[in-house]
Amino acid sequence: MIAVRGFTYTYPAATAPSLQDIDLDVPAGQFLAVIGANGAGKSTLCYSLSGFVPDFYKGTVVGTIHVGERNLVQTPLADLAGEIGLVFANPFNQITGARFTVREELAFGLENLGIPREEMLPRIEEVLRLTGLEELAERSPYALSGGQQQRLAIASVMVMQPKLLVLDEPTSQLDPVGTREVFETLDALTKTGTTVVLAEHKLEWIAVHADRIILLDGGRIVHDGHPHDVLADPSLPTYGLAPTRYTQAARLAVTQGCVPADRPLPVTLDEAVKFFSP
Amino acid sequence: MNITITDLTFTYPSGVQALRGVSLTLVSGESVAIVGENGAGKTTLVKHFNGLLRPTGGSVHVGEWDTVAASVAKLASRVGYVFQNPDDQLFERSVIKEASFGPKNLGRNDSEAREAAQKALAAVGLDNELDKHPYDLHLSQRKLLALAAVLAMHTPVIVLDEPTTGQDARGLARIGDIVEQLRNERRTVVTITHDIDFAAEHFERVIVMSKGQVQADGDAADVLARAEVLAAAEVEPPQLVRLSRALGLPGTPLTPEQFVKTLEATCLHPSS
Repeated sequence: MIAVRGFTYTYPAATAPSLQDIDLDVPAGQFLAVIGANGAGKSTLCYSLSGFVPDFYKGTVVGTIHVGERNLVQTPLADLAGEIGLVFANPFNQITGARFTVREELAFGLENLGIPREEMLPRIEEVLRLTGLEELAERSPYALSGGQQQRLAIASVMVMQPKLLVLDEPTSQLDPVGTREVFETLDALTKTGTTVVLAEHKLEWIAVHADRIILLDGGRIVHDGHPHDVLADPSLPTYGLAPTRYTQAARLAVTQGCVPADRPLPVTLDEAVKFFSP
Repeated sequence: MNITITDLTFTYPSGVQALRGVSLTLVSGESVAIVGENGAGKTTLVKHFNGLLRPTGGSVHVGEWDTVAASVAKLASRVGYVFQNPDDQLFERSVIKEASFGPKNLGRNDSEAREAAQKALAAVGLDNELDKHPYDLHLSQRKLLALAAVLAMHTPVIVLDEPTTGQDARGLARIGDIVEQLRNERRTVVTITHDIDFAAEHFERVIVMSKGQVQADGDAADVLARAEVLAAAEVEPPQLVRLSRALGLPGTPLTPEQFVKTLEATCLHPSS
């Protein structure tokens, strides 16, 4: 689905590249999480995999990014609408401001693609249901709380039914229930073959849901593997990341001689229960 | 000074009733985390502390001042409020100007204001970015700048609305350190947060809100042990509390250290 080869990208007026020598293959239907400290290149990778870099942000590119048959480096953003969707970290950047209600906001992208009304309406209702926005459908996007606006931002991209969905910290303002709904929705989408790339700080959630994690540091991929292997790696703090509390408690227990040192460190609740059981 | 909230109700002009009778006293020097689902009324509540919102019914007092009568400018000398979205707060052209604005506005002279600003910027790790334009900073840094701008005002009460959003481990540790520092100085620090592990580790009192009302209020360990109340407010217990329950261990451990201490009592493999 995604094939990145020797990709290096420098923003206009920047002195150093934000991404360097990225090689990455992502099969269709994979749930890939991108982690790293702020400034490591997570957002830039999201922009690159969704065509905003370089078409919108300009700058200097080396290498290629193929999504399906298209090389994104040479594709205008408008040609990708309906194929690739990007959910911005800040919902204020997503909401058009050109529509009076949540339902109309969701129709905006579909109208631009010329989707017929009889197809548009059920798609909107379906996404309202999936994102828990049904009761807010007639509200103004500006009369929503921060968390509700974030769900609207996600819904406005989901309604386009992209084959590749890229999300940049989409749950930052959501409560645990909202966060769970987003992750469960992403799980369901990957089962239908949608490829998901998610930049996220909430490691305890991606530990459970992602198929694979890449860890960025200084614009390079420094770890790539199964969530368990990446998150239990002792080098995590050197990249400005904190292991989950399960891993922290397990490491402390081993240090204090309370649990045998040969058990693999847990990253999720289920793993931790096994780890701490006799 | 205490913040005294009595039978507070608030209805937005749109007709949304956000607060339905809240009574609380936030005691001087306390650290308080307010948790609850999106739309529970958390932000609406704290916006009453500095007069950004005025009660529809009931009252809010900051010390002896009734917030109905006190101006926002006057309340700003007692309550510093760090917005959830830094872009609602930041407006100056450089980082140092932004952080100096508050103390200047409270009547400090230029050099005093600059000193307070520099100290606050050092605490959030932005002391090397003094001349940068705030909008050239990453969102997570703009949040830290918004925090520094309020710290520089040295108000007796500080309110942090979702301070950990978008922060990496380094940013989280900085914010945790700042909360601990404020607690040591016996200033009142109130946070609204969805990051329940952050609340567990740094705040002594936890208030659970749901649907415009207080559902639980007390010591962090007591409140965070009440799984049903938390679930009703769409809050999940902290990771280590969940683990502790799943293992059938006693107590409500809020830090890895506390968890391992509970574990030691039933140690699986005591070192010889």
